[in-house]
Amino acid sequence: MSDNKKNSYDQHRSRRKFLKGVAAGVGLIALPGKDASASLWEEFFQKHFKELSKDELKAVIGRLEAKYSSQFDKKVTVKTTLPIEGVRYGYALDLSRCIGCRRCVYACVKENNQSRDPQIHWIRVMQLDKEKGVDLSRAEHYYNPEQVPEKGHFYMPVQCQQCEKPPCTKVCPVQATWKEKDGIVVVDYNWCIGCRYCMAACPYGARHFNWGTPGLPKAEMNPVTHYLGNRPRPRGVVEKCTFCVQRTREQPGRYPACEEICPVGARKFGNLLDPESEIRYLIEHKRVFILKEELNTQPKFFYFYAT
Amino acid sequence: MKISRLFSRKFPLSALVLVLLLASVTVYAAEKTFQVPRPPFSEGVFPCTQCHKYFKANPKRRVLTEYHTEIVLHHAEGERWCTDCHNLLNRDKLRLVSGDLVDFSESYRLCGQCHGDKYRDWKVGVHGKRTGFWNGDKQYLLCVHCHNPHDPKFKSLKPLPPPVRPGAARH
Repeated sequence: MSDNKKNSYDQHRSRRKFLKGVAAGVGLIALPGKDASASLWEEFFQKHFKELSKDELKAVIGRLEAKYSSQFDKKVTVKTTLPIEGVRYGYALDLSRCIGCRRCVYACVKENNQSRDPQIHWIRVMQLDKEKGVDLSRAEHYYNPEQVPEKGHFYMPVQCQQCEKPPCTKVCPVQATWKEKDGIVVVDYNWCIGCRYCMAACPYGARHFNWGTPGLPKAEMNPVTHYLGNRPRPRGVVEKCTFCVQRTREQPGRYPACEEICPVGARKFGNLLDPESEIRYLIEHKRVFILKEELNTQPKFFYFYAT
Repeated sequence: MKISRLFSRKFPLSALVLVLLLASVTVYAAEKTFQVPRPPFSEGVFPCTQCHKYFKANPKRRVLTEYHTEIVLHHAEGERWCTDCHNLLNRDKLRLVSGDLVDFSESYRLCGQCHGDKYRDWKVGVHGKRTGFWNGDKQYLLCVHCHNPHDPKFKSLKPLPPPVRPGAARH
């Protein structure tokens, strides 16, 4: 009897010891290492972007700006500019003009701080057969002739279509990606858990995953950034085109980098709610189509033929 | 000196002329002109009259052997000759079919005579490149900034490198 009693006491003791040990162990793991500052704690316990109060947001931005500035040896700003009232962005691309020169691809990389190595491109230019038309099963995006355009081909750049009904945001298990009031689909890189469901859901291949630590040379880093746009990304998160939210939400708003670089003027950008805008004019007067219309994603990226 | 003389003796008349001129220019500007950068002249070629004032105007169609030999007309060359677009007597101006003279900075009006559909699209910002701000000031380019007027087909370009194939970097 007494033996039994002793045993149960020991068991009790050992369980307590065990739990203590576990608690201490977890504490040790979670404790920031020697060179990590308190910011690691703050980052870990940061709330969802939309739930941050004004003061909390200010603290988050301050922390990020300090972190990026020391990381890239220059003054980095992180904006949180809100959508402009009465604006819904639309983009249009003239397929009868595009020559497939890929200037847009690299202007985008430069503006939006994509990883150079491993390589991430938000825009993919597809070479298609004039005789076959828009047949994506015949698309070739590794084309590399001496000169473009090549005879018998036309070119179709594809990037995020900023869907009105985005399938990617619907599948996110943690709501780390959502559609803003101005129609831009954004990602909170601090909330993304890297499950890549959104990539599987996107029918346009417009989302890209940071498999490795982004390779972004200090000298090439664009220090004018937006929290939901081109700020530096960590490893293990998904990123995508944001219509250059850091440029287009300004007053006056600059054109997206891809629009600005296009040597043939094939790219058009503006406010879909403004009846005087060029984007509205061309939707009303030109032959326009949207990609994979049958999926009812309702893109706000339009392809058109001006001639 | 000149200006003071203009305003002293013949003040009422010249002032009236000046005001009328300014008024017409502003009205005209509000309706028709577009903000464009300087036309892409070859270096030292403008104003044309700096050389042409020494030459007798010759409207005859011929092969140029002395000057402007680098210009090979490849733009409806069968039907066209220099002075169809360049004004014969005042070489610093372009000439519309109507006989009206326009500056080089308004050459879109000349191009628009034949390419009316493109001109219409260009005016609303659908044809051609525009820079500036989507909700602010926009800058147009002239037709001739992208299309050489003597050989207007857009020149082909070397494409920037294709994306790296997945896995290619590791092998």
